[in-house]
Amino acid sequence: MRTVPRQRSGRPPWMLVLPALLGLAFLVLPLAGMLIRAPWTTLPQRLTEPHVLEALRLSLVCATVATVVCLLLGVPLAWLLARVDFPGRRVARALVTVPLVLPPVVGGVALLLVLGRRGLIGQWLADTFGVTLPFTTTGVIVAEAFVAMPFLVISVEGALRGADQRFEEAAATLGASRWTVFHRVTLPMIMPGVVAGAVLCWARALGEFGATITFAGNFPGTTRTMPLAVYLALETEPEAAIVLSLVLLAVSLIILASLRDRWVTSP
Amino acid sequence: MTMRAHLVVHRPAFTLDISLEVAPGEVVALLGPNGAGKTTALRALAGLTAMSGGEIVLDGHRLHTLAAEQRPIGMVFQDYLLFPHLSALDNVAFGPRCRGASKAEARRTAAALLERVGLAGHAASRPRQLSGGQAQRVALARALAVEPKLLLLDEPLAALDAHTRLEIRSQLRRHLAGFDGATVLVTHDPLDAMVLADRLIVIEHGAIVQQGTPAEVARRPRTDYVARLVGLNLYRGVADGTRVKVGELLFSSSDRLEGPVFVAFSPAAVALYRTRPDGSPRNLWQATIDGIERHGDNVRVHLDGPFAAFSDITPAALADLDLTPGQEVWASVKATETHAYPA
Repeated sequence: MRTVPRQRSGRPPWMLVLPALLGLAFLVLPLAGMLIRAPWTTLPQRLTEPHVLEALRLSLVCATVATVVCLLLGVPLAWLLARVDFPGRRVARALVTVPLVLPPVVGGVALLLVLGRRGLIGQWLADTFGVTLPFTTTGVIVAEAFVAMPFLVISVEGALRGADQRFEEAAATLGASRWTVFHRVTLPMIMPGVVAGAVLCWARALGEFGATITFAGNFPGTTRTMPLAVYLALETEPEAAIVLSLVLLAVSLIILASLRDRWVTSP
Repeated sequence: MTMRAHLVVHRPAFTLDISLEVAPGEVVALLGPNGAGKTTALRALAGLTAMSGGEIVLDGHRLHTLAAEQRPIGMVFQDYLLFPHLSALDNVAFGPRCRGASKAEARRTAAALLERVGLAGHAASRPRQLSGGQAQRVALARALAVEPKLLLLDEPLAALDAHTRLEIRSQLRRHLAGFDGATVLVTHDPLDAMVLADRLIVIEHGAIVQQGTPAEVARRPRTDYVARLVGLNLYRGVADGTRVKVGELLFSSSDRLEGPVFVAFSPAAVALYRTRPDGSPRNLWQATIDGIERHGDNVRVHLDGPFAAFSDITPAALADLDLTPGQEVWASVKATETHAYPA
């Protein structure tokens, strides 16, 4: 076989290199600026302040529970979209991606209209079970799950479409029901896609701001997650905002880095 | 446990319509060129491809109304499709587990089967750690683990290299001989079919064109495809006693027949001459050399003329005759080597 030279001769054209470098700087500079302006000397003390820890704990718990909810509902939904031919499948697939392009604030308003105290389902929930979602920690989880689920569904559906369906046929010839095929063959085979989707979903939930503040409000201890705390601190105490932002950045990077080698990069 | 099936599958621009019957312990090979519909037939038997019509009856029970997972079948796929996330043992135990065996029971069955195919030492291996031949044996063990009444094999040896293939072919033959249910295997390799099967069914364009024991099919091909597979020259002619007219040419054969017949002779029986040989004008024709290629230890000469034919000669004969493509030669075949049989 003839070896093809990998490097094309000549310099890369500046019409591409210049915007590329500008783009890179645009992405990296704000993060660098944050590191430069960070109050490093008072950092340990600020980090251990109760309201910071409280917001961090709330953020982690809500994002994690929201991801679990997304997994429980989103994986079956992705399977339905990828494997079952039903009328309106194209429409359903389009609808799933709506929260992806919807401004989160609009999502929050929509949630209020449906699940709010006077909402279509919210009123029934309140009358029947005495459950109210808006302005509670559960409300935060609902808002985060609403915004983050499309990331999971799209990722898992892609993995399902990419998976070789003949393995599922082989399982069927061995006597496996569709449920057995799903949890013993399909799910293990698409696990990298599920984990990648869950990571994206979790990161999106962790950073959720618009839908959360609209639907769940901003109460310390119950609904004030890290992004809300950052926004609030920026108005009163900019240095605290930097510290909170650094924490969010660090958490995201740690999760991404720890999962990247094992799951996120395809084999 | 006789399996009787009439398989009808309509596709755009393709229709499969075949009937077959397989006795218990019998191995039937579906042989045919690519796109003939043999894999479609196998998938219809397995329940993986929906049938447009027909029926499958096994041991008096209707199979075609059941979903794939409810049919008493075992299937070996062309590239095995071993589950990559499970060990060899768990791959084999998968079927028994699905059919209600306990975990321990399923593993015992699986271990026994791996032992039988000579892979007891590889129970813990993942499929990607197995060689092609080992994966093939695990796939066979997995299919046998569900104690099927009907075993289906889709090109079981196609993914193996030539050396492994030889070894696995003889092993597979032994395992199939020990299997008491009906076996249907699909292949496009005549050697696999001849070695493994008790009976061949040749499919072309979705229909059966010939069936019989390997010896019958090899001796009396009925289509150009089969003739090519078994390496014979095949023509249609009209017989009048021992004389057969093929086109304008007259052949003498050792068989006495009347009416439309097939005439077959081996390329090795075709002799070539630079000048017209003396003797009977029968079984003799003038041809043009179309091509020359190696064929095992001999040389295969492609002849064009009143009809296309192959002649196998020794390299020494090739040198003596000094043959080149485009040249005119005389070809003849002995009457005793010319077989005629009813069309």
